[in-house]
Amino acid sequence: MTDALDRGAARRPLLSLRTITMTFGGVRALKGVRFEVMPGEVHCLAGENGSGKSTLIKIITGVYRPEPGAEIEYDGETYSHMSPVTAQAAGIQVIWQDLALFPEMSVAENIAFQTMVGRRPRLVDYGAMRKAAAAALKRLGVTLDVDRPLKDFPIAQRQIVAIARALVGEAKIVFMDEPTASLTQSETDYLLDIVRTLSASGVAVVFVSHRLAEVLEISDRLTVLRDGALVGVYPTEGMTQSRITELMTGKVFDQTVRAKPVAGRPVVLEVEGLSRQGLFEDVSLTVRQGETLAITGLLGAGRTELALALFGMLRPTAGTVTLEGRPVRFASNRDAIAAGIAYLSEDRLSLGLIQPQSIADNLVMASYDRLLTGGLLSERRKRTVVADWIRRLAVKIGRQEDPISTLSGGNQQRVAIAKWLATNPKLLILDSPTVGVDVGARAGIFEIVASLAADGLAIILITDEVPEAYFNADRVLHMANGRIVNRFDPRVTALSEIEAAVYA
Amino acid sequence: MPKALHTHGTEIVLLAVIAVMCVGLGLTTERFATLGNAFDLLNISAVNIIFAVGLLVVLIAGGIDISFAVAASVVQYVTATILGAIGGGEWISGFLIAGSVGILLGVFNAFLIHTFRIISIVATIATFNIYFGLLMFFTRGVSIYNLPDWLTTRVILYERELADGSWVEITLPVLVMLVCVAATWFLIGRTTTGRQLYAFGDNPEGARRFGIDIGAMQYIAFGWLGLMAGIGGLVQAHYAQEVVPNALYGRELDVLAAVVLGGARLGGGKGSVIGCVLGVLLIAITQNGLNLLGVSPYAFKMIVGAIILVAIALSNSRLETLFGSSRKEGARP
Repeated sequence: MTDALDRGAARRPLLSLRTITMTFGGVRALKGVRFEVMPGEVHCLAGENGSGKSTLIKIITGVYRPEPGAEIEYDGETYSHMSPVTAQAAGIQVIWQDLALFPEMSVAENIAFQTMVGRRPRLVDYGAMRKAAAAALKRLGVTLDVDRPLKDFPIAQRQIVAIARALVGEAKIVFMDEPTASLTQSETDYLLDIVRTLSASGVAVVFVSHRLAEVLEISDRLTVLRDGALVGVYPTEGMTQSRITELMTGKVFDQTVRAKPVAGRPVVLEVEGLSRQGLFEDVSLTVRQGETLAITGLLGAGRTELALALFGMLRPTAGTVTLEGRPVRFASNRDAIAAGIAYLSEDRLSLGLIQPQSIADNLVMASYDRLLTGGLLSERRKRTVVADWIRRLAVKIGRQEDPISTLSGGNQQRVAIAKWLATNPKLLILDSPTVGVDVGARAGIFEIVASLAADGLAIILITDEVPEAYFNADRVLHMANGRIVNRFDPRVTALSEIEAAVYA
Repeated sequence: MPKALHTHGTEIVLLAVIAVMCVGLGLTTERFATLGNAFDLLNISAVNIIFAVGLLVVLIAGGIDISFAVAASVVQYVTATILGAIGGGEWISGFLIAGSVGILLGVFNAFLIHTFRIISIVATIATFNIYFGLLMFFTRGVSIYNLPDWLTTRVILYERELADGSWVEITLPVLVMLVCVAATWFLIGRTTTGRQLYAFGDNPEGARRFGIDIGAMQYIAFGWLGLMAGIGGLVQAHYAQEVVPNALYGRELDVLAAVVLGGARLGGGKGSVIGCVLGVLLIAITQNGLNLLGVSPYAFKMIVGAIILVAIALSNSRLETLFGSSRKEGARP
């Protein structure tokens, strides 16, 4: 990677922006920011949500026009602003977080869709399209059946298709917005390899990710933004995750192991030999009052399926579950909720929250029956309950009636947690609670987890990020291929040892 | 797995079901497996297929249209009136008038949907009522029987008596239907405009980011359905030899069911002309078979409804059914 940097330093920057300022309704989103990308380098744009990363990308791609005084230099030309058409024609390509692909159409059509767009309707040249798609995939060193519909492929491969599409557009610089947010570890590694191939072929990549481990692994340099202002530009070599976090948030987070001894406490959940054919095998575990038990492992190891079984949404084929000493068998998740189990699903945006509905309605969704007076919903009680949780979890909201979609990822996650806490559970299962949540907000979520545990709640934390499990749980279980293969105690085992076991 | 199953799964399943039904009906009834019956089926289905390929284009673009069948009735009345006013006309002027009026009515839907951002089902339920209301108001429910002679005379393009005494006939509606099917196939499969319609229906935001003209997509899709409704309307008047205001009332749901059965998705981005034709034929064969089996006509609708439910349920069950965890199971090594 330093090679690319040295080569880059000798040349002029491909893209150079100076004194970029942008105001939305009186709020300064960007304050005189400078940003530079060398040809062929992998450059990371780091910052918390709301730090101005997206605004900056949208200025470069012509979606927004910066305020006068801005200087944009790209590939030897000077611009006062970009337009989407000039940006694309000049080889500036964006891979949006939602990919903007067409799932029902073939891979070839998705990659070469540019050839379908243009002023005059024409006949479709399927041969040329297929050839262009194959060539783009070949440049990335990937083989895919280009005639299959895109929906047949997992998200990681769709990501590749989106990158190949950028190549068909003759990209000189590719912006990738959170490309790994929904990928597994091995898929992420695969994607990072593709990014390296891209950079080696001379295409600059601007990478935006909340996962700092990746940032360190892939980038040559990084630009850090905070509150719309430039913090600095740093070579990645010699950086650490905690240093980046500090630069992004301006705060120092204490990364100490929170694990505490829990041996003598009463057992809340006891699972013995739980199995479900093809999903998980012979799982035994206990969770005690006030304990946070982490289950980590690669995506697809059976963690979520285990959680769904505990939550009554998958019927186990063998084994027993005991809740506070009583054996339980759930016919549905309604039974599980009634018994005091809460499950915060992994896919918060589509499964956990109902986006167009209000914050208040989302928060009480799982606990309506607690708000009934004489069979009718009491609006007064609802308001009080909602206000109470908003305060206890320090959720930043405007009004209770605002749609939940107006909140940031971190605050949405807090509402989702509050929704389950309002059911007064004994056991809370958090499935990947920090996916798509930025560093500062992550710390906030784990503060909440710690304080809930301190109040005596038993918590199962499912995560594929080993450090998250290591720093925040009392015990760490490692799941692979549906079985629990290792049990770690963060107080005696080093992080590197657990990482080695999980990512091996 | 053979490639065809991936790309043409629905069509293959439909063909198989039709084949099984044909063999079954051929063995249990005397009349079904005759060439004469096969051509009858084609003649009867022509109008529905014309409507269906039009509706297919709207479904692919992510819309839906409830109004096209009554719009076709409006077209019949307006065309008959204009033809009377210009002194009779002939097939070419008939198709030109019917097609233009049809396009006008379809484009009005697109205008409402695009300009006022009304979702298509609501907009077309409204125009369904407006069109039908206007029709009944101005005609007072009176049918037209004195149509020009050229319109009511059967046009037989090919006929032959077979050894078993039945007749093979190819009539004008079948030819018009074939032209409409071919034209729609060409539009959606072979032109960039057609692929843009698919893309727009599949992911509107993605299409917008490519700079596809969203308004143009709505006008093209609904305009095409309007054109097909106009043509289908004229052909139906020719077939029935009369114009009855409520003759096509309710037809929209039969056609919609057939198109969805043919693999088009409510929500857009999916559907093929072949599937659509097979969907209409499957329902026609079912009705024809029930008829030949001597089943009460009152039971037809119920049985057709059941077939649609079973077919859709089967084609859906292949998709991920297990809530969120399905993606991860797929990712298991």
